[in-house]
Amino acid sequence: MRGLWFRIGPIITVVIAIFVLWYAGSVALNSAWAHDKAKRAGVELSTSELIADTMNQKKPKLPPPHQVGAEIWKTTGDMVLRGKAFSKRSLIYHSWITLSSTLLGFVLGTALGIALAVGIVYNRTMDMSIMPWVIASQTIPILAIAPMIIVVLNAIGISGLLPKAVISMYLSFFPVVVGMVKGLRSPDHMQLDQMKTWNASGNQEFWKLRLPSSMPYLFTSLKVAMAASLVGAIVGELPTGAVAGLGARLLGGSYYGQTIQIWSALLTAAALAAALVGIIGVIQKHVLKRMGMAQ
Amino acid sequence: MTTDPVISAKNLSLTFQTNDGPVHALQDINLDINKGDFVSFIGPSGCGKTTFLRVMADLEKPTAGDITVNGVSAEEARMARAYGYVFQHAGLYPWRTIGGNIRLPLEIMGVSKAEQDAAVNEVLDLVHLDGFEKKFPWQLSGGMQQRASIARALAFHADILLMDEPFGALDEIVRDHLNEQLLELWARTNKTIGFVTHSIPEAVYLSTKIVVMSPRPGRIADVIESTLPKERPLDIRDSEEFIKIAHRVRDGLRAGHEDDV
Repeated sequence: MRGLWFRIGPIITVVIAIFVLWYAGSVALNSAWAHDKAKRAGVELSTSELIADTMNQKKPKLPPPHQVGAEIWKTTGDMVLRGKAFSKRSLIYHSWITLSSTLLGFVLGTALGIALAVGIVYNRTMDMSIMPWVIASQTIPILAIAPMIIVVLNAIGISGLLPKAVISMYLSFFPVVVGMVKGLRSPDHMQLDQMKTWNASGNQEFWKLRLPSSMPYLFTSLKVAMAASLVGAIVGELPTGAVAGLGARLLGGSYYGQTIQIWSALLTAAALAAALVGIIGVIQKHVLKRMGMAQ
Repeated sequence: MTTDPVISAKNLSLTFQTNDGPVHALQDINLDINKGDFVSFIGPSGCGKTTFLRVMADLEKPTAGDITVNGVSAEEARMARAYGYVFQHAGLYPWRTIGGNIRLPLEIMGVSKAEQDAAVNEVLDLVHLDGFEKKFPWQLSGGMQQRASIARALAFHADILLMDEPFGALDEIVRDHLNEQLLELWARTNKTIGFVTHSIPEAVYLSTKIVVMSPRPGRIADVIESTLPKERPLDIRDSEEFIKIAHRVRDGLRAGHEDDV
């Protein structure tokens, strides 16, 4: 019992602190509108009436947790119960749209990142020429380049999932390149000399030594890449006219001042990211343990 | 019957170019190692003993002079996998079992699965690690890991075994034990062994030939042919003969140090 509390105690404490701050923030930020309404109606609000009002506004500045929770339930669990899980008003539908381009972008970004890292490690010219561009690519604000990617790909007849995935890829390949370059270079002199004494080919050195040695670095990179990929997918949904996806929910919500919708989409995105990174973490733990490389 | 030396160095020199100017790691080394010899290289750090071993293994290129291994250049010998090399650290891959680690050079050399199995059994027996094939390196002690690494160097049946302070990181008791086992292994396989050490008793106990080296520039100060019998129990180290040879090694080391003590 004590052990369990030691593990989850700190987490629960933090969660409670967040809720307390959140509710306090809601009251503080939403009370101006409550005062406004009361003034126009010509009534005086007691403190309890004021707080009650800030908890249940239609377009609050900061919706309190229970409103966001209710909205999320209404657009997920409730719709499942009514058999409309994939209706266009369901967050499950929008999450799936975002998830699919996140995953495609993640796979593309990981592949590109590993390919570039191999090139950089094995080719001196690539080492000198590619790395500065890789770093430069990440200094461009993604919000600025995302519409360009959408427009350019649209012009050559590519639309839908792929343009968004390309934006995800653009963000997610970077941590993979950096991590894998370090990982593929992690074998020490002795290990490389040892390969030389066996007259191993470059190929054998890669598959038998460099690639396995890089696994801890790869998994760390993949976690960062997954989170970046989700951000890319959401940003990619903003300039498309916001048809579907969590990004579309964010944009739609901000058009109409639907703060509750915005916050529910934000929280869903955060939960999605946590779940995806968590899955990689579980795989990492098992793989590295099997490989005798667990830290 | 006279045979050509297995390893032969003639006027061998190696100079490293560093930012502080050239470092003469080896200068005018002349040495012949015959088949079945157990040759130890001993000297203070910086005397070039490891560098010399690395030149034999074609891990360093000499800047002057010649070296032949099995009658061909060191590079050709390396390509032909003429030697097994044991480093100071076992360097086993944590993601492979002991058997998998021993298979590693065999896989690289394209040896068939059946031959791999046979070789793994054979060398595990040689280093007394039977039954540890399926264990992972972290399940073994440091001494056992180093034995596994010797087994790996033996797995592809090279006639030459080059060992660079293989027991340097182990404690005295384990070291004695492994020295005894190494002699037994050498007697059974009749390999030619080059062995770098900085321990005088270890060098005298193991070797048929002791090469004493001195630093700056790295050169050979003395070559001592051991008069000890091939059969060597551990207590031979208390014999007069042993102490006499150890004395001569110590004198050689001191002579090399004269100029800077």
